[in-house]
Amino acid sequence: MAEVALPARRPVAASRLAGRAADLAIRSLVPVVLALVAGGVLLYALGRSALSFYGGIWTYGIADQNWQQSATTMVPLLLIATGLTVIFRANIWNLGYWGQFALGAAVVAGYGPSLLAHLPMWFATVVLFLFAAAAGAAWTIVPAFLKARYGTNEIITTLMMSFVGVDLANILVKGPFQDPSIRTPQTRAIDFDKLMPPIPGTSIDCSLLVAFAVVLVVHYVLTRTAFGLRLQILGANQRAARHMGIRLPRLVVGSFLISGALVGAAAAAFVLSPFWGYVRADQIPNYGDEIIPFVFLARLNAVALLPFVAFYAVLFTGGDFAATQVNLSTDFLYVLVGLILLFMTVIEFLGRRRELGGSYLTVGLVQALRAPLWRRRAAA
Amino acid sequence: MDAPLVELSGIRKAYPGVLANDDVSLELRAGEVHCLLGENGAGKSTLIGILSGLVRPDAGTIRIDGRETTIDSPRTALEHGIGTVYQHSTLIPALSVLENLMLGDTRHLRLDVDGARRRLRELAGVLGVEVDPDARAADLALGSQQQVEIVKALWRGSRVLILDEPTSMLTPQAFAELEKVLGRLEEQGQAIVFITHKLHEALSLGDRITILRHGRVAGALDERQLRDGSAEEVRATIVRIMFGEAARSVADVAELQDELVERSRAGLPRAERETVLELEDVSVPAQGAEMGIADVSLALGLGEILGVAGIDGNGQRALAEAISGQRQAAAGEIRLFGAPISRFPVAARQKLGLRYVTDDRLGEGVVQSLSVALNLFLKRIGQRPFWRLGRVQRGVVEKRAGELVREYDVRTPSVRTRAGTLSGGNVQKVVLARELSFEPKVVVFHKPTYGLDVRTTSTVRDLIRRLARGGGAALVISTDLDELLEICDRIAVLSRGRLVGTVENGPGAAEEVGRLMVGDPVSEAA
Repeated sequence: MAEVALPARRPVAASRLAGRAADLAIRSLVPVVLALVAGGVLLYALGRSALSFYGGIWTYGIADQNWQQSATTMVPLLLIATGLTVIFRANIWNLGYWGQFALGAAVVAGYGPSLLAHLPMWFATVVLFLFAAAAGAAWTIVPAFLKARYGTNEIITTLMMSFVGVDLANILVKGPFQDPSIRTPQTRAIDFDKLMPPIPGTSIDCSLLVAFAVVLVVHYVLTRTAFGLRLQILGANQRAARHMGIRLPRLVVGSFLISGALVGAAAAAFVLSPFWGYVRADQIPNYGDEIIPFVFLARLNAVALLPFVAFYAVLFTGGDFAATQVNLSTDFLYVLVGLILLFMTVIEFLGRRRELGGSYLTVGLVQALRAPLWRRRAAA
Repeated sequence: MDAPLVELSGIRKAYPGVLANDDVSLELRAGEVHCLLGENGAGKSTLIGILSGLVRPDAGTIRIDGRETTIDSPRTALEHGIGTVYQHSTLIPALSVLENLMLGDTRHLRLDVDGARRRLRELAGVLGVEVDPDARAADLALGSQQQVEIVKALWRGSRVLILDEPTSMLTPQAFAELEKVLGRLEEQGQAIVFITHKLHEALSLGDRITILRHGRVAGALDERQLRDGSAEEVRATIVRIMFGEAARSVADVAELQDELVERSRAGLPRAERETVLELEDVSVPAQGAEMGIADVSLALGLGEILGVAGIDGNGQRALAEAISGQRQAAAGEIRLFGAPISRFPVAARQKLGLRYVTDDRLGEGVVQSLSVALNLFLKRIGQRPFWRLGRVQRGVVEKRAGELVREYDVRTPSVRTRAGTLSGGNVQKVVLARELSFEPKVVVFHKPTYGLDVRTTSTVRDLIRRLARGGGAALVISTDLDELLEICDRIAVLSRGRLVGTVENGPGAAEEVGRLMVGDPVSEAA
């Protein structure tokens, strides 16, 4: 019966599909465009040329062969974003990505030099990726257990564990993993020819291919499998998940471990990329904070992460030089990220008002944002 | 007779799908306790919401001192001298009594502590109670907290005091105390509205009783009727007004009588029925404000429909979820076909043929953002033939979903439509289709027809009967007594988390269940 009725419905379905696509485009792209425009205004106010700054981003982030460097920068960002996508889908907020990343990085940088020196390179690389993934996953166990067993708010516990993790990583770097031959607090550097090789014919780190594969696999798992559906149900409605007989504790712990493992693997890709080969204490980057807005802009869709993370990688790579060129602190890039977040919230808020559909903001936050307006309207 | 202080007439308030108040009229007079009696969902809360300014009526007029008025906010209500004591405490636990009382006072920039102390002494004197102004609200006993709430409601010089189920958490001693306080307020010329679903409270306190049922005034007894009739007569009258229609509907509808006859012919004597579901001294702790259950024992026979009656919030959800496996029983044993299942998770019980049709169909019965098709198989995630090697088989899911949609007459544009966009009745059909497919054996129905239109309601009741006659068994938990009388073989009554009695369905069952439900001490003893 459904098949017979289909032709009649098709135009409606098509227009609805188009509407949804337009809606998605508006919600995802408009915040980025607005942030760039507002950033330009800000640059103008600071007496800098917006044109030469954005031009510089193009020049250093894309033009000539520079896009290849941006592509290499993408790898850890993409892996972190994928890890966050998995768990955010379940409406669980793993905000401990920095600690998970730092520990993964410390482990890889600590064991990397000796493992790569004594084992076949491909084998050592795989082992290091697994080590890092295990370290990242291990660092989610405490919040995962507390959440699964007692319902403890994971936002708090993951953040706390993150601080501990980052400091522990620094202690490891300054202590057992310290390069004995120098005084700078950093690990021994891995030989350049033992780092990830480039994709033949380019200078792009071949772990980008691994990252792409991971994104595709995760996307498949999230959208097509029983596990993905369970995560989605948990994210949509925890009570329904319990009613349907989904074993919540197992699912919570599972999604935490996967998320932590992907963040940890990102750290391996980071340390083993040709840019690095070592880790310096107190200088382990917090990529998660930068990439989080794009996880939301991609609407928790793994494949949709690709353009957004690519965009940010260009901004990040090119922006570094472009900022210096116009005599600006590189912190201006964070201003841009902040502006994207701001406009994203505004667009989402307006979208909600128009009942455009689903949202990535939590109901509570939307209500909190909405409450003052309601009250004002009621008073009027 | 003097003019009423407050007069409501023709009050109507509709919520989507529910007519909460329909042409309700009420008069409140000085020096009188007016009891509002009714089951949950009868419209009591909406009515007092309208009086206290929380809810605005769709139609009808409110007259105060004979003048037509609109009460558009709690503040206006207070200005008109209408104070409300809500069912749940509104005191801030960390603040002292005095601070709590001064909270509402926004007239002065500076807090008038001495004035507040004087006012508290004065009101405590009026009420004849002692209140320590500096005690922390959290440290007070429930009875004293309530006294503070009353003081708070009277703080700005109220003439009308509304008490919303004030006794639900009180001990008998505290209730006696409250009775005294209300007596003094009555002498002072307060008009008091007392909301309750307990018959004996209404009888002992009320000068006038109005009974609400399905949003309408089902009947009223004035002072004379209450005084003149004997206690037994008055009680019988009220029970008849509250529940009596149910008895009539069972007796009158010929079609149903046929059904009853048919069932008695088809059914085996109960002694010979195999017990399929058995609860033995099952206890489930309370969860938050929701009541748990204690020492509940019941047995459900093959082919039987066992009803569980009771006023909402008396442990129904705890009972249902303990059976479905969503909550662990703290004590006792649950047996399905003689095998203990207390330790089994939800999915395992589901597989054994135990199903649960939840009352919260939108909150947990479906995942609103998923398609109708997926919702129909959410309890079979990962199982063949709908999933193979973890991958969802969309074709199979949609084909089988289409069949179920047709079988259960779910009105949906397509099986891909999001479940959240369907009407309540159709969502319930989706839930029923899911629970009643794949060989259900024992099904717990929790408020299966709540909020449904007449036709869907009768469809659902037919499904329940068909299940029981077709070799299954049903436990129907409902707050709608009419429904239980219509379809059940026996009716157990749940009150304060305990099963207080079981009644064979038949003539006189309505009154008997009604008495057990309102916790009438006379028949409880009997």
